[in-house]
Amino acid sequence: MMLSASGLSLDGRLHDAALEVQAGELVCLVGPNGSGKTSLLHALAGIGGATGSVSLDGVDPRRLGAAARPRAFTYLPASRDLPWPLLARDLIALGGGGGAPAALELEPVLDRRVDTLSTGERGRVLIARALAPRPRLLLLDEPTANLDPLWQIRLMELIRAELADGDRIALVAIHDLDAALHHADRILVMNEGRIVAEGLDGPHVAQVFGIEKVDGRWRPVPR
Amino acid sequence: MRARTLLLLLLALIGVAAASLLLPYGPLRTLFAEDANLAGAVLVELRLPRTLLALAYGATLGAAGASVQALFANPLASPDLTGTTSGAALGAVVTAYYFGFAAPAALAIGSVAGALLALFLLLALAGPKAETATLLLAGLAISALAGALTTLALALAPSPFAFYDAYDWLMGSLIDRSLDQAAFAAIPALAVILLLLRLGPALDRLALGEEVAQSLGHDVRRLRLWIVCLTALGVGACVAICGAIGFIGLIAPIFARRLVRGHPGRAILPAAMIGALLLAAADLAVRLVPLGRTLPIGVVTALLGVPFFLGLVARMRWRVTS
Repeated sequence: MMLSASGLSLDGRLHDAALEVQAGELVCLVGPNGSGKTSLLHALAGIGGATGSVSLDGVDPRRLGAAARPRAFTYLPASRDLPWPLLARDLIALGGGGGAPAALELEPVLDRRVDTLSTGERGRVLIARALAPRPRLLLLDEPTANLDPLWQIRLMELIRAELADGDRIALVAIHDLDAALHHADRILVMNEGRIVAEGLDGPHVAQVFGIEKVDGRWRPVPR
Repeated sequence: MRARTLLLLLLALIGVAAASLLLPYGPLRTLFAEDANLAGAVLVELRLPRTLLALAYGATLGAAGASVQALFANPLASPDLTGTTSGAALGAVVTAYYFGFAAPAALAIGSVAGALLALFLLLALAGPKAETATLLLAGLAISALAGALTTLALALAPSPFAFYDAYDWLMGSLIDRSLDQAAFAAIPALAVILLLLRLGPALDRLALGEEVAQSLGHDVRRLRLWIVCLTALGVGACVAICGAIGFIGLIAPIFARRLVRGHPGRAILPAAMIGALLLAAADLAVRLVPLGRTLPIGVVTALLGVPFFLGLVARMRWRVTS
């Protein structure tokens, strides 16, 4: 067992969340807008003063110093906005060392300023920043947002490949339920600031999301 | 920053410092032939404080400008445009009514308090991640308020002499300051610059966004507080001795970032050096351009800075519309 957390609460947006994730697992967080996915990732990454306990291999990652953090865990925000127009290469280096994973195919844009990149390219640069130090815990908020269909698949496969050594964990907040079903080892369903269920089989899906799968397609639940 | 660039900046600084001490050379040489002791006194008591103040004030403005720009993630934030300098000037003028302009300690406390007040007001008005327009409008409002209150203080001056003293000081000047006064500005300035340099790596990480910086172990709220207090202290101490000098804090960081591939935190050191260089050079120009009487240095930096600022605004507008 590697990551465990309990009693996580944050600013009324996250209530008493608890989870346990084994080494090598890719866990997807799904839930409607405002269900607390980002707040849960924030609480685990030590952003915004959440209460509760977190343990990564017996150590609270939020208590680590700035030098130890990049190799312990990484946080990728959902926003692709950046306050300064740095070069892509420099931005990746600020994450704490290590080069961009070759699979992201960033060579052609490394020497360009991030404000001149397309949203998708910028997204890949930010993902490279998060993955470059090879952290043990990946906390990724909407990593596939703004990526084209091919890159959405390649990115999820890259995350899977990163976990191949069986020693690392990925927690991925994602809206695409089919992608979650396809790529995740486990799916945690969140609603109103709580983890309410595991997996996408059962009546809770219609209750939480207001949609149901009919003949292989997601449709709104008739009122 | 490359070692060569750093060396070049350092050489330029030494050059401009030497020029500031020795120029104009003619009168100094004549005096040296007549009375070497007197010439030495001119050098140490008149020219050295002026050089020291130009370097310290310029460096403080550069470093403070770079830090404030990095903190607000905005290349137009600077101590003068955000009202810090005018807040400091107001604090100093109000203090001067009670203690006069010859009491550096009281003046410094007054102007640091004024600068702090202005910066906290800016944070309250514009918020920590201000858009350019919000930041400039809030800065304008604070500058206008501080300016109006300063004018009010001048209008209520107890005597014409007090009025003239305050007016003269407000225009910003490096002339006729004693070595003690120079030290009074230079020592806090040096301390502030060194402390700001330590915050450079955290400010660079802030370029990844506030949340990521926090996840990397930087307490952004504490960082903000440190920068506000250090900037107010450095700018306040310099304003207390020399009055308000504008635009160096805006321009120096913009040049500096070009030397460090745009890193906002790494720009603090070159910004300090370029700020010192700019102010010392402007002071030299004031001294050497024959105009009959000495121009106030604050007027010169504003005259040179405003076209630069307008160019910057035009370029930003062009980028937005195109």
